[in-house]
Amino acid sequence: MDPIFIGETLLKLLSGVPLALELAVSSIALGALVGLMIALLRLSGVWLLISAAWAYVLVIRSVPLLVLLFLFYYGLGQFAAVRASILWPFLREPYWCALFALTINTSAYAAEIIRGGLLSVSHGEKEAARACGMSGLLMFRRIILPLAIRQAIPAYSNEMIAMVKATSLASLVTLMEISGIATTIAAETYRPVEVYVAAGIVYLTLNLILTRAVGLLEYRLNPHRRPAPHAVAAKGGISQ
Amino acid sequence: MKELGFFDLIGFGPEGWGATLLAGAGMTVIVALCGFAIGLLIGTLGTWAKVSGGPIVRKAAEIYTNVLRGVPDLLVIYLVYFGGSAILTSIWTFYGASGFVSFPGFIAGSLAIGVTSGALNIEVLRGGLSAVNRGEIEAAYAFGMPRLLLFRRIIAPLVLRHALPGLGNSWLSVLKESSLLSVTGIAELLRQAQVAAGSTNRPFDFFIAAGILYIVLAAISGLFVLFAERHFSRGTRRA
Amino acid sequence: MNDRAQERRVPAIQIRDLHKSFGPVEVLKGISLDANEGDVVSILGSSGSGKSTLLRCINLLEVPNSGSITVAGETIRMKAAKTGSRPDDPGQVDRIRARLGMVFQNFNLWSHKTILENVVEAPIHVQGRTRKDCIAEAEALLAKVGIADKRHAYPSHLSGGQQQRAAIARALAMHPKVMLFDEPTSALDPELVGEVLRVMRALAEEGRTMLVVTHEMGFARDVSSRVVFLHKGVVEEDGAPGEVFGSSRSKRFRQFLAG
Repeated sequence: MDPIFIGETLLKLLSGVPLALELAVSSIALGALVGLMIALLRLSGVWLLISAAWAYVLVIRSVPLLVLLFLFYYGLGQFAAVRASILWPFLREPYWCALFALTINTSAYAAEIIRGGLLSVSHGEKEAARACGMSGLLMFRRIILPLAIRQAIPAYSNEMIAMVKATSLASLVTLMEISGIATTIAAETYRPVEVYVAAGIVYLTLNLILTRAVGLLEYRLNPHRRPAPHAVAAKGGISQ
Repeated sequence: MKELGFFDLIGFGPEGWGATLLAGAGMTVIVALCGFAIGLLIGTLGTWAKVSGGPIVRKAAEIYTNVLRGVPDLLVIYLVYFGGSAILTSIWTFYGASGFVSFPGFIAGSLAIGVTSGALNIEVLRGGLSAVNRGEIEAAYAFGMPRLLLFRRIIAPLVLRHALPGLGNSWLSVLKESSLLSVTGIAELLRQAQVAAGSTNRPFDFFIAAGILYIVLAAISGLFVLFAERHFSRGTRRA
Repeated sequence: MNDRAQERRVPAIQIRDLHKSFGPVEVLKGISLDANEGDVVSILGSSGSGKSTLLRCINLLEVPNSGSITVAGETIRMKAAKTGSRPDDPGQVDRIRARLGMVFQNFNLWSHKTILENVVEAPIHVQGRTRKDCIAEAEALLAKVGIADKRHAYPSHLSGGQQQRAAIARALAMHPKVMLFDEPTSALDPELVGEVLRVMRALAEEGRTMLVVTHEMGFARDVSSRVVFLHKGVVEEDGAPGEVFGSSRSKRFRQFLAG
């Protein structure tokens, strides 16, 4: 275990970080959007939509991400119709296949987390909104969604960390993000253990920063869950 | 050349790869079970370390969970596989032979899965333990139950009742992680699908077939978890 | 308290033959009620009498099975549906709700907004008034109910009495025609009840039209201009407090007062 070698490798691996972050951030964002739609379908009250959404979540959560990835990257090229279509320049690029697979994978978990958040909004706060004459859309935008997001952040932070780790699979379809570069260096130097230790350090650091950032976000969004800034007089009475 | 249909490919006829795929699924289950068992062991030890261990042991467990939380499963698999090979090779050369000894894929795979799921299980079991009513454990102490018996008859079942959903998720994640073992060459389901896809040039069909098999495995697991939950929830009131 | 109760004008609220069932259980069995402008109507009854349901039907938080509700001369249009009836025009419902102010038993302030934000939320986003005006008015209202210094605090930092007073300010900010109070003091510790009742009394003395479901007999007797007693979904008593409390002919009402 040569720390100098590990250090040098680490620096080389940093050039893969932008791609990894790009994949992670894009798939998390898109996945959240899709997840929100799925969650709304689950809560729509229409049996057909609920079942379709439920089936989607079940299937995507049962199938490994790698299978999904290979299905898009290797599988789609099987069809002449796909190869001839205008989407082919996208669909044969490993980046888009990876993004697609990652997005779909996270959307199922996002749907469950968001649904939990939406359901957690207290009945009373919703009634107060309706009693003021807020239309459904206004109430959703101003009351339900903000409260749901605040509730979902802790669970979602776990999912975000999982997505950063999941980008490592992109190396298996030739993308040169962190793991891809690591595998190349390992093959060239015949020192796989040290190279992968360096890669591990890079991922650990990324996730540490991510956890801190989410913690800060959670703190900023939840002033109403912290104790009051000054001592609050517990006694009632018209103002002094 | 006749264009083979999907069901010809995955079936059991002369062109069919059905047997191969099922064998792959079987290997997936076996390696997942071994990995899960190791993971349960590590989880139990780690929980014990975090709950009633000394400061050093507790810190070690904490570092373990934090590190594994931040490192991708794929990297853990590489590290166990190459690390294990390196250790074996150095032992091999120590005894005078030369060459590279590769760590057997199955053992490397199970170990890697055990290591990653172990970290997850520590959190799940810790949560399960904290949800148990202290009083029930104290009552067992008060009756003079010896420690090992107490663990087996009182603590473990009570913890399992609360930890089952989390453990069920852990198992599902182990099943899916086994697909990553295809990089070590073990003949599990995804690897077999890749081989078949390469041989017949029909990747879509075989990856769909693999996906379906994974869904079936997950569904069967779900049923098991359901029965287990019923069994362990005897005596609780449905809220 | 209010002499104007006798004036002839369009009633603020008119309820005709309201029926409401929850499944097989009929909770409101044909209620008819008028509230004129300036009336302070106390609605009394034991639990299960349907009093909260009646109030919640007025702003359609509960949907009645049959009967009509008219607010300031506008009747809520209903249409037939599988389970009784449904409002015909959601836009009309929202509009009518914006003219009614509701104060809930559990305050129901929005937990992620400060008190001030709670009060200006609906005036800005439902009524479309300017932010500057709404804030100025909100601060005046909060001063009126006695919690001006708490306007940047969050609901979770306030006592129950303070939260309820904030909720009253929130309802007032909508310039409602009628204020609906659903057991406003039932969730409060006894020593905090007084501060809320004081605010409600001040509103009554201003001439506000109020419908109050309550257990506070003192308020019903001293502040309201009318008392309505509900028993098992039917109006048993409806009159001025003096008559109802003094010489009620209803045996059930006298039992209710005693027990």
